[in-house]
Amino acid sequence: MLSIVLAVMFYAATLVLLLGIAYRVSVYARTPAPLKIPTMPAPTTSGGVAMRLLREVTIFESLFKSNKWIWIFAILFHFGMLLVLLRHIRYFNEPVWVWVQLIQPFGTYAGFAMLIGLLGLWVRRVFVERIRYISGPSDHLMLALLSLIAGTGLIMKFVVHTDIVALKTFTLGLLRFDIQPLPADPVLVTHLLAVILLMLVFPVSKLLHAPGVFFSPSRNQVDNSREKRHVTAWANNNAGQE
Amino acid sequence: MAKVEFDTPEIREYPIIPMLKSDAMSHSSPFVAKPTHQEPLGFPGELVEDWQNKAIEKMGELLKKYRSLKVYMDICVKCGACTDKCHYFLGTSDPKNMPVARQDLFRKVYRRYFTFAGKYFPKLVGAEDLTEEVLEDWYKYFHQCSQCRRCSVFCPYGIDTAEVSMAAREIMDHVGKGQKYCNEIIGKVHKIGNNLGLPGPAMKATLEDLEEEMEEDYGVKIKMPIDKKGADVLLVTPSADFFAEPHIDGLMGYAKVFHEAGIDWTVSTYASEAANFGMFIGSYDQMKKVAMRIREAALELGVNRIIVGECGHAWRVAYSFWNTLIGPFDFLDPKYPAPQHICEFTLDQIEQGIIKLDKSKNDHRVVTFHDSCNVARATRMGDSPGGQFDIPRKVIQAACNNFVEMDPETTKEKTFCCGGGGGLLTDDLMELRVKGALPRMEALREVVDNHGVTNLAAICAICKAQFSKVLPYYDFPMDMITSVHQLVGDAIIITRGVENKETDEQSETVTEQ
Repeated sequence: MLSIVLAVMFYAATLVLLLGIAYRVSVYARTPAPLKIPTMPAPTTSGGVAMRLLREVTIFESLFKSNKWIWIFAILFHFGMLLVLLRHIRYFNEPVWVWVQLIQPFGTYAGFAMLIGLLGLWVRRVFVERIRYISGPSDHLMLALLSLIAGTGLIMKFVVHTDIVALKTFTLGLLRFDIQPLPADPVLVTHLLAVILLMLVFPVSKLLHAPGVFFSPSRNQVDNSREKRHVTAWANNNAGQE
Repeated sequence: MAKVEFDTPEIREYPIIPMLKSDAMSHSSPFVAKPTHQEPLGFPGELVEDWQNKAIEKMGELLKKYRSLKVYMDICVKCGACTDKCHYFLGTSDPKNMPVARQDLFRKVYRRYFTFAGKYFPKLVGAEDLTEEVLEDWYKYFHQCSQCRRCSVFCPYGIDTAEVSMAAREIMDHVGKGQKYCNEIIGKVHKIGNNLGLPGPAMKATLEDLEEEMEEDYGVKIKMPIDKKGADVLLVTPSADFFAEPHIDGLMGYAKVFHEAGIDWTVSTYASEAANFGMFIGSYDQMKKVAMRIREAALELGVNRIIVGECGHAWRVAYSFWNTLIGPFDFLDPKYPAPQHICEFTLDQIEQGIIKLDKSKNDHRVVTFHDSCNVARATRMGDSPGGQFDIPRKVIQAACNNFVEMDPETTKEKTFCCGGGGGLLTDDLMELRVKGALPRMEALREVVDNHGVTNLAAICAICKAQFSKVLPYYDFPMDMITSVHQLVGDAIIITRGVENKETDEQSETVTEQ
């Protein structure tokens, strides 16, 4: 019974996540950017813009300029989470790809980096007056949810092992729409429910910053307004030609 | 409205981030536009009856028209990186002057009416109805943002509060709650052709006076042509250059450069304004209408090039928006960038050796340069990124021997706004202007005390007007603020036309103030 409920929830959450993000991204893509507003100095070529965006999403360039503490915790959290996510491919993949096997040791310890990053950001949110002022309940709850996911994951890895073989049977079954029994481990079930909740809130929350950053006109526009006339539909650009 | 008493903030040797003082600036609010200011721009004269619905409707429209607004509303994670970056926050300690908090005044309404979470769980995500109180906050705090884009530099997603404050002002205009200063000025441009309401004959008289003044100084007629058909260059400059100090010395500087370069130039009485306050109020239509006068004047006069004078937001509109708003410029000479900044032009003339400068004429000055926010963070000069920083500096250094940089945390793309940009350069916001200038004044104090800086050079009409007013509050002389082209004008060696005159020792330079 538990396995069926969770499996259905997983399918639903995946659908919400994918369709939700696809919808939001399509709205961003369809909304015009009528004027050239890159934050200068900006690259003068689209290759340069690609590099600018790459730096923003890999080394968090602007955040580094801005605040070293937030930057350190953000890097710990995001890269920790990236490794953890990659490590989790092993539960959906048989035989497990070699590179996924190779990152396992890093992936397991990255869980700590992720949690430290989250707690660091949370401490700042509580104790730095300016950040406390701008934080709402949802900002704290988001950190709580992510910390719960990281925490339960670490518990299963380092404290109370869950039946990982049974879990993998369940997850591989999910991929074939063949629902297998899930171990009735409370830590595991908490972990999975928290992940499902995260997937559900993703498209209706600030987590949209992940796809959204690529659509930010101040970062994704080329500085070439004198050389190339920037034209969008609603702004009725032909009037100048009269 | 009574004048507000306030204390000028103290300059600190080591500026620290202030503790929050809630509502420290909640009394600061500019004069509301009267029907006579609103109606000529097509805005309702006063707050309309159904203003809530109208405002939400307009918000929905803007969210569909501007990707910036839509994306910025969704993707802020409240990381706090911007919270100590705004000069108005640093100068006032009011938490609503933190960029994210200012955006949230808008975002909480967006969430309430346009998002799933805000519709069903408003408390959880801080969503709020658009009440009268919220509208009041909007009016106050979206007129405490100079749209300088400093927050956008530091935001990990480039969220630009300027875009949000423009949208908020546009919505307020559409429900009848406009700002008097901006809307009155835009009305003047439509009626007379410039922000100051300076009619053609007055401009003509001013330019003739200036020609006489320069003739006395140099014994040469340095012309300031007006409405000259068939001229090669149309100069479009902020109208403050025709009348305010220290702007006017910059205007004479341009004239001297054109004279020495042998350029046939003109200004236009029809398009006698580079400034474009349509940007400040976030109105695409107004911005386009104001800019269109320049295209019309250029076609009418039959010029080959357009050069823009020293003005920050005007250069933003010219560099970044003109091609979209009033382009294409296929009627201009393709050999030159359209438009070209006066600093680009002057530096080119210097580098080609066409004009010569005697740096020693500025030896009584130690100069530092204030990067104007719009030039620094919203435009470029020259061919490569950062030209907007290097080119004016090269011009200054070609004209002066003594040049000093301020703290690099306060220059180039990290520059602090003068405190008067974005349509806030009005007497009814004096307290805000003085307090907002604090970070720049602190950096200036450091170079004055340690390097004997005497002049603060700038290339923006608003910066110049703001600093002349604000410098004395911080115990600096008001005439410290200098046009970059005044430095050029004082150092330039006038050779053309001199051989015709048998005058001796005419090259006494103007060094008043």
